[in-house]
Amino acid sequence: MLPVAALRRQRLTEAVLPVAIAAAIALIAGDLLILAVGQAPATVYRLLLEGTWGNGYGTGQVLYKATTLIFTGLAVSVPLAAGMFNIGAESQLAAGGFAAGTVGMLLAPTTPAPLAVAICLLAAAAGGALVGAVPGLLIARTGANEVITTIMLNVIVLSALNWAVAAHLHVPETLHTPTIRAGTVPRLGALVPSLRGSAANWTVLLALLVVAATGWLVVRSRPGFAIRAVGSAPEAAATAGISVARTRVGAFIVGGALAGLGAANFVLGYKHYYEDGFAGGSGYLGIAVALAGRGRPIGIVLAALAFATLSQGGLAIHAVVPKQIADVLQAVVILVVAAATPVVARRLGEPPA
Amino acid sequence: MPGAPSVGLVALALLAQLLRIATPYLLAAAGGVVAERGGMMSLGLEGYMLTGACAAAFGAAATGSASGGVAAGAVGGAAAAALFALATVRARADQIITAIAINLLAVGATRFALRVAFGSSSNSPRIPGFGGLDPLVVGGLLVMPVLAAAIARTRFGLRLRAAGERPDAATAAGIDVARIRIVAVLLSGALAGLGGAYLALDQHQFTDEMTAGRGFIALAAVIFGRWAPLRVGVACLVFAAAETLELHLQLTSAVPSQFVSMIPYALTIVALIRGSGGRSPAPAALGRWER
Repeated sequence: MLPVAALRRQRLTEAVLPVAIAAAIALIAGDLLILAVGQAPATVYRLLLEGTWGNGYGTGQVLYKATTLIFTGLAVSVPLAAGMFNIGAESQLAAGGFAAGTVGMLLAPTTPAPLAVAICLLAAAAGGALVGAVPGLLIARTGANEVITTIMLNVIVLSALNWAVAAHLHVPETLHTPTIRAGTVPRLGALVPSLRGSAANWTVLLALLVVAATGWLVVRSRPGFAIRAVGSAPEAAATAGISVARTRVGAFIVGGALAGLGAANFVLGYKHYYEDGFAGGSGYLGIAVALAGRGRPIGIVLAALAFATLSQGGLAIHAVVPKQIADVLQAVVILVVAAATPVVARRLGEPPA
Repeated sequence: MPGAPSVGLVALALLAQLLRIATPYLLAAAGGVVAERGGMMSLGLEGYMLTGACAAAFGAAATGSASGGVAAGAVGGAAAAALFALATVRARADQIITAIAINLLAVGATRFALRVAFGSSSNSPRIPGFGGLDPLVVGGLLVMPVLAAAIARTRFGLRLRAAGERPDAATAAGIDVARIRIVAVLLSGALAGLGGAYLALDQHQFTDEMTAGRGFIALAAVIFGRWAPLRVGVACLVFAAAETLELHLQLTSAVPSQFVSMIPYALTIVALIRGSGGRSPAPAALGRWER
C-alpha cells in the first residue's frame, strides 16, 4: 500500500475506533441498567427505535433535537480546531435565542418573510458571537484560561438573560418573551405530512448548509488553515507569521455565532418566542457531539443524530425504564471516547495529541 | 422598639445563615485544593458533590442515622472521583472532557437511582439530619487550616506539591506521581462528597440537581484564593456572605438577585485576568503529566 493511503487509513481508524468502542460499552451499560430495573434489553431497544425512527412524529422530534446539536457541536468544534475548549456554547445559544426573539418582536408584521428570517438569523448569530467574543478576547489579551472563563461566563450570561426576561420582557405568568411578529420558519410537517405535529422545521436544512460551509471554512479556506495551524502547533504558526491571538479570537467568535444560529431552531422554527432555559443542556451536549464527531462534518451530523435519538428514545421508553438512562448513556459515551482516544493513539504508534 | 430582636440576635442569625451556606463550599473547595495542588483539575467537583448528596440520602435512609449519611456521602463522592482518576490517570484521558462527562453522569445517574429506589426522579423521602450542632459545619471550619498545615508540613503535602509543580523531577526523585495524584483525586471526591452530604442532611432529603452549581462556586473559590487553603477558605466565606446578602436583598429588592448571584463568577474572571500577568499562581503542571 502507498504510504499516504496507509497513513490515511490509520488516521481514519484513529478517529472511528474510540467512538465504536464507546458505542459498544454504552450498549453494554444500557443492557445492565435495563436488566437492573427488571426489563428485557431487546424489548426496551425495540421500544426506543419504534418511538424514534419508527414513526413520523418520533422521526421529526429526532430531527428537531439533532438540528440544535449540530449547531452546538460545530460551536465546540471550530475553537477546538484552534486548540481551545469552548464550554460556553450553552450561553452562546441562549444569547442567540434572546437576540433573535427580541429582534423578531420588534420587526413590523408586514416585513417580507425572507428578509425577516434573514434579520433574525443575523441577530441570533450576532448574539452568540458577542458572548463568544468575550472569552476569545480575554484569552488573547490576558492569557486567561478559556475553560474556566467560559464556565463562569455561562452562569453570568444566563443570569443576566433570566433577569432581562423575568424583570422586563416576559408575558405575565410565564418566563418567555412575547411572540415574534415576523421571522418565523415553517415546520417540515407542512411539506412532509408524516412529520406533522413534530417540532422539526426548515432550520434542519440550514444546519446541513452550515455544516458544509464550516467544513469548507476549516479545511479549505485561508482562515481555516490559520485555525488548524494554531491548533496543532502554535509556536510554528507564529513563526510562519500567523497571529495566534487573532486566530483564537476569530475561532471563538465563529464558534459563538454558530451556537447562536442554533437558536433559530427553537425561537424561529418551533415556539416563536425566547424562553428562559430553552438551551436546556444542548450547549453541553455539543461538547459530546464535537468529540464523537471527531471534528468532521459528516461525523458531527451522525453524532448529533445519535445523541438526539438517545434523548428522544428516553422519552419513548419512560414507561418501562426511567428516561434518565439516556443521560447516563450519553455521559458514558463521552467518558469512553475521552479515555479510548489516547489509548488507541498509543496503540497505533503515534504520540497522543 | 419593644419586641424587635436585638442587634446581637440579628447578627447571630446572619452568622448562622452564612455558616450554613459556606459549609458545602468550604468542604468542596478543600477537595479542589487537594486535587489541583497535586496537578489534577477540579472541574468535576459538581459531580462529586451531587453524587455525595445522593449517596448520603441513601445512606441515611438505610441506616436511619445522619452519621450513616455522612459516611455514605464521602464514599459516594470518592467513587465518582475514582471514575475520573481511572480515566485520566490510567488511560490519560483529557481531564476537561472527563470531568464534564462525570458531571453529566452524576445528574443522570442520581435521577435514575431516585426513580428506581423511590419511584420519583425529583426527590428522596425525608431522611434524618443532625439536630443542634452539625459536625460537618465544624469540619468545614477546620478543614482549611488543617489542609494548610498538611500541605506545608507533612510528607504527603510535599509529595503532593511535587506532583503538581514538577512531576518530572518528582518521578526522578522516586515519587510515584500517578499514585499521589490518584490519592489526591479520591480525597478530593470524598471532601466534595461531604459537602454534598451536608446539603442533603441539612434539607432532610435529596432533590435532583440540588448542588445547583455549588461545585463550580467552590472551584471559583479555589482560583480566587490562588490555590492557598486559607485564602480559598476566605473566598468561600466571602462568596457565602454575598449569598447571605442576596437572601436579604431579595426581601427588599434593592438589587436584582441575579446580579448578586453573579458575584463569585465575575470575581473569578477578574482573578483570572489579574493572575495571568507575570507568574501564574496555578500549580505549574495542572492538568499535565510532563514538566
